Amino acid sequence: MRTSSINKSKYGFYFVLPYFIAFLIFGLVPIIFSLYLSFTKWDGFSDPVFVGLDNYARLLKDTFFFKAIGNTLIIWILSIVPQLVLALALAMILNEKFIRGKHFFRAVFYFPNIVTPVTLGVLFSLMFDWQTGSVNKFLMGIGLIDDPVNWFNSPWLSRFIVAGVIMWQYFGFNMLVFIAGLQSISEELYEAARVDGASKWDIATKITLPLLRPVLLFTFITSVIGGLQLFDAPLMLGNGPDNSTLTMVMYLFQTAFQRFDYSYGAAIAYAIFIIILFFSLITMKFSKMNKVEQ
Amino acid sequence: MKANDSIVEKSFSFSKKKTKKEFNSKSFLGKFAVYFLLIAVAFTCLLPFYSMMVTSSHANSDIARKLLLVPGSEFIENYKRLIDTVPIWRGFVNTVFITVTSTVLNLYFSALAGYGFSKYNFKYKNLLFLAVLGTMMIPGQLGIIGFFKLMDSFQMLNTYWPLILPSISNAFGIFFMKQMCDSSIPTEILESGRIDGCGELKIFHRLVLPLLMPSLATLGIFSFIGKWNDFLTPMIVLFDNELQPLPVMIAMVKSQFSTDFGAMYVGIVISVIPILIFFSMVSKKIISGVTAGALKG
Repeated sequence: MRTSSINKSKYGFYFVLPYFIAFLIFGLVPIIFSLYLSFTKWDGFSDPVFVGLDNYARLLKDTFFFKAIGNTLIIWILSIVPQLVLALALAMILNEKFIRGKHFFRAVFYFPNIVTPVTLGVLFSLMFDWQTGSVNKFLMGIGLIDDPVNWFNSPWLSRFIVAGVIMWQYFGFNMLVFIAGLQSISEELYEAARVDGASKWDIATKITLPLLRPVLLFTFITSVIGGLQLFDAPLMLGNGPDNSTLTMVMYLFQTAFQRFDYSYGAAIAYAIFIIILFFSLITMKFSKMNKVEQ
Repeated sequence: MKANDSIVEKSFSFSKKKTKKEFNSKSFLGKFAVYFLLIAVAFTCLLPFYSMMVTSSHANSDIARKLLLVPGSEFIENYKRLIDTVPIWRGFVNTVFITVTSTVLNLYFSALAGYGFSKYNFKYKNLLFLAVLGTMMIPGQLGIIGFFKLMDSFQMLNTYWPLILPSISNAFGIFFMKQMCDSSIPTEILESGRIDGCGELKIFHRLVLPLLMPSLATLGIFSFIGKWNDFLTPMIVLFDNELQPLPVMIAMVKSQFSTDFGAMYVGIVISVIPILIFFSMVSKKIISGVTAGALKG
C-alpha cells in the first residue's frame, strides 16, 4: 500500500513536467539569452560580439527612450483614471436592483475588450483621419467646428486619442471586475444601513467604496503591468507628431525588428522590465501603506 | 471620527424625509439620468462598429467627402480590391488553425498540470507551484529577442511551431485548473478508478477531464480570444505574407492601402464580424468567466 502511494506521487510530478519543459525552452532560456544578447552587438546577420555594458550606457543617453517612458506614463494615466471612475460608476449602477437589461448593458460595455487591438487601432486611425475621417465629418455636421481638426498633428490630441482608445477598450473589463467585487459585499450590511435610514449616497461612500478598496487596488496594480506594455493599438495609430505617442514596447519593436538592432532591443526589453518592476513595487508599497493607516 | 460620521448620517436621514411627491419626482429624474448614462455609454461602444460597417459599403470618393449614416452599395467593389492585394481569407484560415491547435494544447496541459498540483503530493510541490505563479508576473516581451534568436537556431522561424508550442506553458491556466480540481474533483472517484485498475493517465483522461468540461470551456474561451488577437509574436517569427494570421494581415492592409479607405474598412469588418458573432453566442459564459476570474484574483 505504502509503495503504491509513493508511485502515485511520482505521477503528479510527471503531469506538471510538460509545463516546466515548455517554460524552460520558450520562456526562461529566451529571457536569459536576451540578457546575454543585451551585452553584445548583434544585427541578426553576423555573430553577436561581446561589448559589455555599451548598450546600457547608450540607453542612458537615449532621449527617444526617455521620451517613450514619458509617453507611456502619460498615456497610461490619461486612460486609467477616467477608465476606473467610469467603470466604478457603471458597476455601481448595474448593481442596483431596479435597472433593466443588465445583461445587455454588461455585454455591450464589455464587447470592445475582446475585439482585436490591432483592428481597433486601424479603425480609430481611419475615423480620426483629419481629411476623410468620420469624426471630423460628424463634428462639422453638428456645427461644433468649422474646419477639420488635424488630430494626429498635435502631440496632446494624439495622446488623448490613444488614451481614449485604451480606455474605451478596457473600461468594460474593469466594470465586470468591480461588479464581481460589489456582489461579494454582504447584503446584510446594506439592509442594516437602510434600516438606519442611510441615503443611497451614504451607502455608496461609507459602505461600498471602503469595502471595494482591495478590488480597486488590485485593478490598479494589474493595470500598471498591462498599461506600461501598451503596443498593438498605439502601433497602428502611429508614432504621433515628434514621437509623442511612441510607447516603450513600440520603441523596442521598432529598434529590434525594423532597424535590426537586436542587441540594443534586448537592452531596452530589460530596461522596460525594470521600469515595470519599479512601478509595480511603488503601487504595492503605496497600497500596503494605506492598509496600515486603516 | 466615528461619532462624527454617525451624526452626519443622522442629519442626512432627517433631510431625506421630505414629502412623498418630491421624493418620487426626484427618484424619477435620478432613474432617467442613470438610464441616459447607460444608453449613452452603450451608444459610444457600438457607434464605431456601426460606422465601420456603413463606411465599408461606400465608394472612396463618398467616404472622403460626406458623413455616412446609411449603408451604401459599394461593398463588393471594395471587397474585390481588398482581396486582390491581401489574401485576407487565407489569414482567416491561418488564424483559425493557430488558435484551435494552441487552445487545445493549452487546455490539455493546463488541466494535466492543474490536476497534478491538486491531487498529488510530490517533492517540492508547493515550491514548484509558487514558481508557476511567479512566471505570471514576467512581462511578455522581456525575452522576445532571445526567443527570436533561439527559434532561428531551431530552424523554426517562418513556421507555426513558435506560436503553438509555447501554449503548453500557460501559468494562469494551471492556476485556474488547480482551483477547479480542488473544488470539483472528489478524491473518492480517483480511488475507485485505481481500484478498477486504471492507470493514472487513464484516470485523468476517462474520469477527470469529463468532470472538468465546464471549467475547460471557460478557460478555452479566454485562451481562444487571446490567441485570436495575438499580434507581436506572429509578426516577428513569420516572414511570408501567406502565412500571417488575421491581425498581421489587418496591419498589412493599413500599410498597403494608404488611401483606399473602402478596402481598409472592409478588412476591418472581416476582422470584427467573426468576433461579434462569437461574442453574441457565448457572451453569458464570457461575462460569468470574467467575474469568476476576478473573484479568484
